[in-house]
Amino acid sequence: MSCSKKIPVVLTLALLLALATGTRAEPKVIVGALHVGSIKDAGYNQASHDGLELLKKNVPGLSVLEAENVPESADAERVMEQMINKGATIIIAQSFGFQDPALNVAAKYPKVTFLHASGFKLAPNFGTFWGNNFEAMYLAGIAAGAASKSGKLGFITAFPIPNILASINAFELGAKTRNPKVTTTVTYDNAWVDPVKEAGAVNALADAGVDVVTMITDSPITIVKTAEARGIHSIGFHSDALAQFAPKGWLTGVAYTWGDLYTKLVKEVVAGTWKPGHVRGGIESGYLKLAKFGPSVSGETKAAIAKAQAEIVAGKLVIFTGPIKDNTGKEVIAAGQKGGIGLLDTTNWLAEGVIGQAK
Amino acid sequence: MHPDFVQGWLAGAILASTPLFYAALGETLVEKAGLINLGVEGTMLMGASVSFAVASISGSLPLGLAAGMLAGGLFNLLLGPLIVVRGANQLASGLALMFLGQGLSAFYGKAFVGTSIDGLAPLPIPFLSNLPWVGQILFRQDLLVYLMLPCAFAVWFLLSRTAWGLNLRAVGEDRLVAYAAGSNTGLLRHQALFLGGLLAGLAGAHLSLAIAHTWTEGLTAGRGFIAVALVIFAAWRPLRVLPGALLFGGTLALQIQLQARGAQVSPFLLDMLPYLVTLLVLVLLRKSSRGRMPEGLKEVFESSR
Repeated sequence: MSCSKKIPVVLTLALLLALATGTRAEPKVIVGALHVGSIKDAGYNQASHDGLELLKKNVPGLSVLEAENVPESADAERVMEQMINKGATIIIAQSFGFQDPALNVAAKYPKVTFLHASGFKLAPNFGTFWGNNFEAMYLAGIAAGAASKSGKLGFITAFPIPNILASINAFELGAKTRNPKVTTTVTYDNAWVDPVKEAGAVNALADAGVDVVTMITDSPITIVKTAEARGIHSIGFHSDALAQFAPKGWLTGVAYTWGDLYTKLVKEVVAGTWKPGHVRGGIESGYLKLAKFGPSVSGETKAAIAKAQAEIVAGKLVIFTGPIKDNTGKEVIAAGQKGGIGLLDTTNWLAEGVIGQAK
Repeated sequence: MHPDFVQGWLAGAILASTPLFYAALGETLVEKAGLINLGVEGTMLMGASVSFAVASISGSLPLGLAAGMLAGGLFNLLLGPLIVVRGANQLASGLALMFLGQGLSAFYGKAFVGTSIDGLAPLPIPFLSNLPWVGQILFRQDLLVYLMLPCAFAVWFLLSRTAWGLNLRAVGEDRLVAYAAGSNTGLLRHQALFLGGLLAGLAGAHLSLAIAHTWTEGLTAGRGFIAVALVIFAAWRPLRVLPGALLFGGTLALQIQLQARGAQVSPFLLDMLPYLVTLLVLVLLRKSSRGRMPEGLKEVFESSR
């Protein structure tokens, strides 16, 4: 009697033990990732997708559910809930506009962790991450300044907003290290995506004697391709997949490399050490890097870029070190003063040598 | 030798005006039949996406262009049962067509986002392209640019020198009289929609194959609406579409050219330029062009009041 009672108990214990060790041997983590566009855009979304691929490689046994072209609306909430129903315990929401939808879902599912790109809000299970692009733009500027024979660079972008203005300024300052007289001409399209206008801008800049163009737009293919057709150099943005479109004129590019950051954050979540916060980093963090160099970039230029990068990482080189004047002659950073990552949100001027309007 | 400001501006103006020209020329045909298609934007998107897709898969530009035109023509025909057969509100039907075109092209074009083809390259004309000053502006463009003038004359000839054109214009002026005179008014209007769609499809194909060399959702960015305004500007005359398109293309190119040359003007103000010109032109031309409006079209606007 007592024996027959004990047997099920022992069996149950054994089963529990087996289950426990079983799960320990195979920690199956499912990550759900939301993209705002196509993962083949050779731009922002492809960079995120490539990061997830690296994450899968870095964390064995992890699987990723991806959704493309997710609208920045209540639809995003439905996509996240579907992912959670399929077992996702970590959600990566890779667009600014996913912030509120993700917060809503986060409140409903307190055991799921939400990692959001570029946001400013926090919750117990919701944190943000972003990379500072102006440092990489400074390094790209070095390549541009060295490559330009005319001393005229072009910068095609959407709107004069602070983080873009900071990037334009950093690009010009980087180029000045190779050629003190270099200028950067800015054109605005008033749209994140308008390839037809972007093509017009490349042609107009090339007509004006510009021989290196770079950009901050969402779909840079047309710019890089048109520059190649015009026989001028280009520096890409978002993803290094762009290089294929300009085999001759490609210099380098600013590429987001989210893989290591995703890996770090996911590992923290799995280990239980993750705390909600705003994770921000520059070139030292590896959240973004320079894309591979094109065939025309000299060893000397590569060495100068590597040196500058090492100095930035070591904190010896601060890009915005006064005195810096804006392009109307007004001093914006006084001698001895230094501007840091806060400039991403506060820059409302264009540096001396930039031809264009800050507002 | 870099082109000077005026050269760069004019060359850019001609390139920017080309898609506007073909779309407006097509819409002129449609409006001559007493119809209005506000959905040119959607038709252009269908032409842009289909031509890019077919050119990418087949590797053949002529095939891509033909497919883009056909897609535009067939897409415009969707309006037939609505506005020709059922007499539905033309303005609402046109807007519905635009939204349909945006959705369809975005959905089926998705596979081609992030891809690129060499597309329609500039075709310098021997000897002429080396002419001083004008060579760089006029004779280093792509094939569709060179075909603008012949196309304008072809449509003019079709409308004013053929029996078909006479019948079409009669339908546009007074459908019932044309019907009483023995015209197949329904067929003529469908033909006008189809031809107009072919040209709007070609306009879209020029955007994706000759300018952008890629496909993105909403590639036309409102150019289909400028084309509709252009028809009014051109007073429904095919030969006036070309100078009209050049004027609008000129303002589009000017804002970029001014920025590239470092003009001290706010980019936001410059961006308004094409639309300011649209408004100005519509105000100035309203009276004189009103007489040229096909009578049948006046009905469309009056019935929607």
